[in-house]
Amino acid sequence: MISYGHHRYPGRLFVVEGTDGSGKSTQLSLLHQWLKAEGYPVFFSEWNSSPLVKDTTRRAKKRRLFTPTTFSLLHATDFADRTERDIVPPLKAGAIVLADRYIYTAFARDVARGCDRAWVREAYKFAVKPTVSFYFRAPLDVAIDRIASARPQLKFYEAGMDMGWADDEEESFKIFQGKILEEYDHMVSEFGLTVIDGNQPIRAQQRLMREIVGRHLKEKFKEKVVLAK
Amino acid sequence: MKEMKFYGTALPNIEVEPYSGKLVVIEGTDGVGRSTHVALLRTWLESAGYGVLDTGMTRSILAGRGIKNARAGHTLGRLTMQLYYAADFADRLENQMLPALRAGFVVLTDRYIYSAIARAVVRGADPEWIRGIYGIALVPDAVLYLRVRSAEELAGRVLASGRGFDYWESGMDLGLQNDYYDSFIAYQKLLLREFDRMSGEYGFSVIDASRPVRRVALTLRKSISRLVQEEPLMGPIAGEKETEKQDKAKSAAVPPLRLAVKSEARKE
Repeated sequence: MISYGHHRYPGRLFVVEGTDGSGKSTQLSLLHQWLKAEGYPVFFSEWNSSPLVKDTTRRAKKRRLFTPTTFSLLHATDFADRTERDIVPPLKAGAIVLADRYIYTAFARDVARGCDRAWVREAYKFAVKPTVSFYFRAPLDVAIDRIASARPQLKFYEAGMDMGWADDEEESFKIFQGKILEEYDHMVSEFGLTVIDGNQPIRAQQRLMREIVGRHLKEKFKEKVVLAK
Repeated sequence: MKEMKFYGTALPNIEVEPYSGKLVVIEGTDGVGRSTHVALLRTWLESAGYGVLDTGMTRSILAGRGIKNARAGHTLGRLTMQLYYAADFADRLENQMLPALRAGFVVLTDRYIYSAIARAVVRGADPEWIRGIYGIALVPDAVLYLRVRSAEELAGRVLASGRGFDYWESGMDLGLQNDYYDSFIAYQKLLLREFDRMSGEYGFSVIDASRPVRRVALTLRKSISRLVQEEPLMGPIAGEKETEKQDKAKSAAVPPLRLAVKSEARKE
């Protein structure tokens, strides 16, 4: 087993992180378009997407079977499957992997739910360290407004209703997101996250992202990849 | 009553309180007879009036089905497998084992974290990593490790049971050997070595499982009766003197635990 920070692959891994409604998925898809247009082989990997775990997660959410620990472990299982299938092989092949949410999502959520910080980090020790991790920071009220307008009804676990912080879903969601935001802020220095101001115009954010990503994509890398393909 | 003690960090949102049950782990490699003995022990304890919960790997409501489906497809990656089992374990610990222990049950578990650790380590997982994940586990009251002398003996037992060799029990995912038999032997040898390594670390009671079933059953009964008889079978009744309480417990309608393995003995 290779631990975080010790993988040596020819590919590049870029991840986006942030609370719901921070605009990270929009930015990642814009980056994706650009990289494809530039001729790089790009592989996209999404949080919670393992076919092996999907049914179990869906059922557990519906029947409300989760505790903070099992929520954490099942998401780690999902992430392990993604790592073994969607992340490591393309990186070995020299491709660019884009991940919408990564281990920091788990660290923020699970610790907000009361899981031990060190324990959660240990569970994800097998993860590949990203080339760059973008953290989209948006003020809490902005994020909440964006989500509320996009989705009329908050889901049970999304709102943190399993924790019994508040009877009202919106109230519970605010408390939960507040805790998550706090955890993210701790992680900026711990993991060297690159902070992007989610209040900036979309194009300005994207320009910054492309500039940073571009530094890690030398022309040589592109040629090599294209030839190998 | 006993304080809850965990190997690492206790589970979040769990009341760490003394419990009156007993957590008894039956460990051992594939084909060693664990499930046979769990069934025998259950009947034996229940006939003496003990509440028994038995549980085992992949029997969680949360992840049991998912793991079975993934195993059937032979599509489980190594890390994914270890974490799926950990999720299954956590669900059973929180929703089956801890509530039963609080309620005073004897919990018999067919395998515990040790099998999971052995399997993970044999598959190249970082030993510290997998132990860290299972730091959520409660330290059991007893770990009864059924040990056989050789992997060849296990192979004989698996065949005798009529089940034949299973893909995962044979460690076919490891690609150690080309056929099921050779792979089974190679894989089980690695597991036996891991179990021996853990034996001291976790304080296993090693039970020679190469002996006839009734002898093994007798040894298991002895270990468990020592454990459960530390606690009175009936709760104390207010206003009674200590000796009266004991007399009452003894003369209660429930028969005491008998060690002899009768039905088996008669057959011989």
